[in-house]
Amino acid sequence: MNILTRRAKVSSPLEVAVDSGESSYALEAKDLSVYYGDFEAVKKLSMGFERKKVTALIGPSGCGKSTALRAFNRMNELISGVKTSGEVLFHGVNIYDTDVDAVQVRRWIGMVFQKPNPFSKSIYENIAWGARINGYKGDFDELVENSLRQVALWDEVKDKLRESAYALSGGQQQRLCIARAVALKPEILLMDEPTSALDPISTAKIEDLLDDLKKRYTIVIVTHNMQQAGRVSDKTGFMLLGDLVEYADTKELFFNPRDERTENYISGRFG
Amino acid sequence: MMGSGESRGGARPDFAVNLASRYARGTRWRTMFMLSTLLAIFFLCALIVTIVDDAFGYVVMVDEVDQDSLVMDGMRLETMEAPALRTVIAENLSPRRYRALEREKPFSERAQSDLHAVVLTEIVKPQVVATYTLFESLFDRNRIIQENLEANPDGTIIFRSWVTMHFLTDSLTAIPLSTGVMTAIKGTLLTIMITVLFSFPTGIAAAIWLEEYATDNRLNRFIQVNIYNLAGVPSIIYGMLGLAIFVRGMEPITSGSAFGVTSAGEMANGRTVLSAGLTLAILILPVIIINAQEAIRAVPGSLRQSSLAVGATKWQTIWHHVLPASSDRILTGAVLAISRAIGETAPLVVVGASTFLTQDPSSVFAKFTTLPIQIYQWTSRPQSEFRHIAAAAIVVLLALMLSLNAFAIITRNKLRKQKRFG
Repeated sequence: MNILTRRAKVSSPLEVAVDSGESSYALEAKDLSVYYGDFEAVKKLSMGFERKKVTALIGPSGCGKSTALRAFNRMNELISGVKTSGEVLFHGVNIYDTDVDAVQVRRWIGMVFQKPNPFSKSIYENIAWGARINGYKGDFDELVENSLRQVALWDEVKDKLRESAYALSGGQQQRLCIARAVALKPEILLMDEPTSALDPISTAKIEDLLDDLKKRYTIVIVTHNMQQAGRVSDKTGFMLLGDLVEYADTKELFFNPRDERTENYISGRFG
Repeated sequence: MMGSGESRGGARPDFAVNLASRYARGTRWRTMFMLSTLLAIFFLCALIVTIVDDAFGYVVMVDEVDQDSLVMDGMRLETMEAPALRTVIAENLSPRRYRALEREKPFSERAQSDLHAVVLTEIVKPQVVATYTLFESLFDRNRIIQENLEANPDGTIIFRSWVTMHFLTDSLTAIPLSTGVMTAIKGTLLTIMITVLFSFPTGIAAAIWLEEYATDNRLNRFIQVNIYNLAGVPSIIYGMLGLAIFVRGMEPITSGSAFGVTSAGEMANGRTVLSAGLTLAILILPVIIINAQEAIRAVPGSLRQSSLAVGATKWQTIWHHVLPASSDRILTGAVLAISRAIGETAPLVVVGASTFLTQDPSSVFAKFTTLPIQIYQWTSRPQSEFRHIAAAAIVVLLALMLSLNAFAIITRNKLRKQKRFG
């Protein structure tokens, strides 16, 4: 049964019986290639993301890590001239199958962007809107409070839920964006350098959050910052020029890299 | 020996000393910018002064029938009661004219003010023999009086504002002294209403399609280029188009005969308010599309992404995020386009604006004239009174335009506030 079609009737992918052949990964890329015109930005990427773990993708600028991340919930389709080949499996379904609906994919695989980009609506509406358009039937007040608590923002904003989200600081806005994503109860959260526009204190808050969030969600985070990858992730993949050079447990990759290029990068010899 | 004092104080050959000349160049440019602004302000003032100069001033009036000869029982016309006025009318009007007016509305039912007006226009018939501009009136008063003592000994010199309450509320007539512009104001407003109703939705919808849905292929690029070209096509050509399509081609619809609403005896043959409004609508459509496209393009992609990332469909993204974020800019562009449409004359002449119309347009299927058309006609008349009522009509047109713009700006600011606080 395909859970990602336009007429899918499940309210959570977990309702679908996991058939014996389904992989233990929450998300798995198989031979995933992404092209900008003729340029191959991601080259035959194959990697699996374990359930309820934080996986970091690191690498120098232009290595294809952000492009790969956007391919995991079909956000690349918004850029003209992007072609994708290969498979990304979610509950055994390739999200690029012809009968799969991109809107349905993004509903289960949430995303947080580099720059905080809240809606120009109130704090409350920022969280409620996504749930409402996706047909949420429960109590919205409860949903908003719950989501804000998950990102440790509730105490800071509970008295000004009706105010514009733009009145918040950059760090608060970014946490609001994470809350907006978790309000849909997705399975996977994709984060594209979520702290690169933030100050160190806001960054620390978001890094702390990841430890809590991974109890509920599978998280894939792209980061420029190797220390961050070291602090927050369970597994790390190192990408270079569109190739996945090395993919291992984070400690393993940082203290005992197998590939010379990985070693050069994490020791700061380039990048 | 290279002392530190020498290197600090001495010339450095690889950097020229040029700060003064850099500042001087900047000052020259700044002066030029300021002069350009002043020049624009000067012309604007000149425009206003010319119009005001013509809209007010002395007129010399001579009555065809001396008002003193109409004195009855020692009462002058202004103080006469209705019965006395009726007698004056009965005694002085030709029988045919009397019957014609009686048929319009029986004299016994007319009020005193109405009867007084009839006496003035039908019997006294005041004629303007000379007009003066505001500046002449203010600074050359003695000369005017002197001149008229000789030339028009019977004349009365009065200071007249050509913009009067009657001018605003009365329908058009052939006589400059008693004409009003209500017919043209109504024509303009009805025409613009049609233009807005047609061009806003169509233009914005086309802009949404071109920006959000159309793929970047050869056909769509061709369409885009042609929209830019259409925005530059002279307006008279749109007039020809309107004549061919709306007046001739769609005559049953634009004349109203398809809906059975044409008033007999007043066949407009498709030269109606509807045709004029639609012609102006296609005239400003390219401008509205281009402006709306630019407004939509200015919405940051991050806003679209954030909406799509929470599982919104494309249409939900456009409706809830893109349009609210761009509505103020879309509106600004559309208002500028509408301002242009209000002032258009040439295409309406081609479409067939009536040259002389005394009946206010009653529906969109009526014959029409508009303020610019009326101004154009009055300015092309040789008599000096027409120059003055043209100036008065320009004052009305400018006031109309400014109030529409003000309304639009207020609406836009409201939208902006909403956008900020959502």
